[in-house]
Amino acid sequence: MSEHIVSVRVYVTIFLVLLVGTALTVLAAFVDFRWKFNTIIALTIAVTKATFVVLYFMHLRYSSRLVWVIVASALFWMAILFALTFSDYLTRGWLSVGY
Amino acid sequence: MDATTEQIHGHHSLQHHFENMEQQREAGTLGMWVFLVTEIMFFGGMFLAYTLYRSKFPEAFASASNHLDITLGALNTGVLIFSSFTMAMAVYFTQIGKQRPQVICLVLTLLLGLTFLGVKAVEYHDKYNDHLIPGRLIPGRQFGPEVQEEGQPLDPHKLHLLTGATVRQVEMFYWLYFAMTGMHALHMIIGAGLLTFLIIFSLKGRFDPEYHSPVEVIGLYWHFVDIIWIFLFPLLYLLGRHMGHG
Repeated sequence: MSEHIVSVRVYVTIFLVLLVGTALTVLAAFVDFRWKFNTIIALTIAVTKATFVVLYFMHLRYSSRLVWVIVASALFWMAILFALTFSDYLTRGWLSVGY
Repeated sequence: MDATTEQIHGHHSLQHHFENMEQQREAGTLGMWVFLVTEIMFFGGMFLAYTLYRSKFPEAFASASNHLDITLGALNTGVLIFSSFTMAMAVYFTQIGKQRPQVICLVLTLLLGLTFLGVKAVEYHDKYNDHLIPGRLIPGRQFGPEVQEEGQPLDPHKLHLLTGATVRQVEMFYWLYFAMTGMHALHMIIGAGLLTFLIIFSLKGRFDPEYHSPVEVIGLYWHFVDIIWIFLFPLLYLLGRHMGHG
């Protein structure tokens, strides 16, 4: 298996996508969406941009399965960090235990 | 190294404990990814603290965020994305064995990185002027922004508190702001150092299509630092813009 060389066209496309994403996220921030949609939109754009960087600039798309597993492990442990912490903080006061 | 070794191993940069260049390159990339996972966990802790306090003090976080300079923040996002692009191009030119454009791209990446740090310094100085450095980090200049009064003419240097926000809660935002952007800036400074090393070695013609792990691996690091900023920018600068002026 030899190294995959990503073409200049792909790099330029990703670069433009990232710039458009930045412009979109700034524009969306000034619009008052209902409930928590401002945060959801901002994070969706950020995750999309990050995904493009990881897949193309960081060549993950062309990397071995082993690298994919390592990246997935990062997301997995982050999920644990957030899930366990917020399962505590967000559920405080749900039950009245009489003290 | 004698000629026989060269013939057996194929490339002068191949270390003896690797079978071939391909295996050596893969091992390097893999090691860098493992390191980046630890970095993700490190920044993850700060993102967790941010999420926690933001959910506790939403109005204060929106007020404090509105005080940040969105123009400089957006500009820096563009600068960093551009630098990621030039870094990716540097890897590309190394892979196809073009030394001159490779050096140019690396120098551009370094310059853009330094531009980012310069803009960041201007922002930090603005925060210093407005007494927004949290706690007593600056001796003799503790946290104490002037608060914008209702009905008074708008002063961009004063803190505009949204209903329900207090100055102490805003201070919490600034602790996180300086911790997160500060650690990010430290990573940028380290990255700039690594790029300087890359430029020197690429000027000496050390990298070729067969051997370029340092360029590839430092590129991974640089893109990772870019990704952190991709999250920091909306989370720190944009969270309260729809709730009115700062």
